[in-house]
Amino acid sequence: MSEHENTETTEAAEPREAFPAEVTARLEQDAKEIISRYPRQRSALLPLLHLVQAEEGHVSKAGMRFCADQLDITLAEVNAVATFYTMYRRRPGGDYQVGVCTNTLCAVMGGDEIFQTLKDHLGVDNSETTGDGKVTLEHVECNAACDFAPVVMVNWEFFDNQTPETAKKLVDDLRLGNDVAPTRGPEGLCTWKQASRVLAGFDDGRAGEGVQAAAPSLAGLRLARERGWSAPDPNDLPARPSDQGEEDAK
Amino acid sequence: MTTLTPILSKNWDRPDSFTLEGYQATGGYGALRTALGMEPDAIVDLVKKSGLRGRGGAGFPTGMKWGFLPADNPNPRYLVVNADESEPGTCKDIPLMLANPHVLVEGVAIAAYAIRSSQAFIYVRGEVVHVIRRLRRAVAEAYEAGLLGKDVLGSGFDLDVVVHAGAGAYICGEETALLDSLEGYRGQPRLKPPFPAVAGLYASPTVVNNVESIASVPSIVANGTEWFTSMGTEKSAGFGFFSLSGHVANPGQYEAPLGITLRELLDMAGGVRPGHQLKFWTPGGSSTPIFTDEHLDTPLDFESVGAAGSMLGTRALQIFDETTCVVRAVGRWIAFYAHESCGKCTPCREGNFWMVQVLDRLERGQGTEADLDKLLDICDNLLGRSFCALGDGATSPVMSSIKYFRQEYIDHVERGGCPFDHTKATLWGDQPTSTGGHQ
Repeated sequence: MSEHENTETTEAAEPREAFPAEVTARLEQDAKEIISRYPRQRSALLPLLHLVQAEEGHVSKAGMRFCADQLDITLAEVNAVATFYTMYRRRPGGDYQVGVCTNTLCAVMGGDEIFQTLKDHLGVDNSETTGDGKVTLEHVECNAACDFAPVVMVNWEFFDNQTPETAKKLVDDLRLGNDVAPTRGPEGLCTWKQASRVLAGFDDGRAGEGVQAAAPSLAGLRLARERGWSAPDPNDLPARPSDQGEEDAK
Repeated sequence: MTTLTPILSKNWDRPDSFTLEGYQATGGYGALRTALGMEPDAIVDLVKKSGLRGRGGAGFPTGMKWGFLPADNPNPRYLVVNADESEPGTCKDIPLMLANPHVLVEGVAIAAYAIRSSQAFIYVRGEVVHVIRRLRRAVAEAYEAGLLGKDVLGSGFDLDVVVHAGAGAYICGEETALLDSLEGYRGQPRLKPPFPAVAGLYASPTVVNNVESIASVPSIVANGTEWFTSMGTEKSAGFGFFSLSGHVANPGQYEAPLGITLRELLDMAGGVRPGHQLKFWTPGGSSTPIFTDEHLDTPLDFESVGAAGSMLGTRALQIFDETTCVVRAVGRWIAFYAHESCGKCTPCREGNFWMVQVLDRLERGQGTEADLDKLLDICDNLLGRSFCALGDGATSPVMSSIKYFRQEYIDHVERGGCPFDHTKATLWGDQPTSTGGHQ
């Protein structure tokens, strides 16, 4: 896809076919817990793939082999699923995945400029990792935060209302190891592997951190409070405005 | 004049709104107690009578969906909440689950009781880690308080709830693709019938409902159908989130009765950003045909939006002003559909791929006027010709933009390039000397 190939050097040349015995033994405990949540064990495949991604930072052949063994399905069946979903990395990446939304609304609001700025600033193209192994840059699709556009996601935490300048500072801080907090999320950012473990279903105890809602989420509520608007009182319902009249008006 | 009706969002300005304590302090879980004292069928009837229609886009009556579960099927019944919010422009369920996950959990408990299910799943997209933390914690708190698990509140009703994280696939918002995904497969839509009510998760009777639909149920149980139908219109009863984004002074969530108009909402949101005019907008996400300033007074209910040539969808109101190039906007949406097509059906997989090529060359000024006919021809071969609605959705922005902005496409052809300066459309486009822009 591009001439920047500084990603590929971080992994040993020969991919392993299986996890070392101690890793398998440890992850088997986690896998048992995941599988026990479901009426049928195959349902555990997506969380298991998150689990092996939490171990290695990506879904390797060894990781897929582990999933296949846990669920008693073939490697090909696991591979078919792992390659369908975009959140599973198929090669090693950085500690922080920086995803810039370039779907229409964020792109128009400045996502395209942010993405271009970060590519230039980091010297990487889409889906590539900086030489220090810290940041993988990607463009992402709509992440359900359009009222906070333009949006940048880092390890799938929200960084709202970004500009090229704030995004540059963000990636600089990530590379320098400075504390970085999402706009709506925990008080500090977890690594890619830690986030993957949460997705596999293991609590990291941080649900209580961060705001409950930020300004755009509260825009309607605040206006209603200001103007004294509320939902109807169930004990004092207004006389129903004549539906007939409305129909006629159409 | 229509006014706002904060219901699901009424406690969001409490810093502890996402905790069990914060939710119960504003009356939370009262409706579950009421519901457990009712016959399950009476709750199904109540929801039918309320006229609640699915809030995930399609608008199918929720109570009717519940009523479709066959009485004589001996298999376990499942409730699956579709929390895979990813339709471009749609941003209501994610803030709801971040700020008030317990209203969803309470709705799940009531709905599962009503349909006699003892196992529910919340399928949430994976790309929102903090929302997943909050949901899981809410479920854990509810178990601890006896609101989920064995013998809920001493009623004899058992319910297990699993929060299941997806892994990145827009198609999993389609209910049968979601079920395949939840079963551990590639998320590809199934041929219907059979519908999930008959053969859903593990081929068992299953109800799949959107987050906002389920979260609306506690308020209906608590306040009654007359209260619910006192909001909205006759055929589009109740309230919903209207999510304003883009070139608007105060973007955000506005919870209002169905039937409110964009003109009213824009007034509340401070209008289009200062110094600019409305050019086009989506009433309900990118899969709904675009509207223009002609439609400012169209009531945003299922019937009126349909009659005006679009769909209410998810009430995702993406607002674009005159600085926005419609060819670029549509091209980007189609790139999304091409990326997200699961590849199962040829018209969707190939049609979207080729529309991206045509739209790209049009945007670069290398297209021809005949390309517009080509696009419409592809749409004709795409619409209604695939298993699910993803391909249908892709035709919406293409056809509606050619309908309203044909000349703008031709301008690209005649000028040999895009007539717009994209930097003017950005968040910082009106402040050339401030923080934005290139170094």
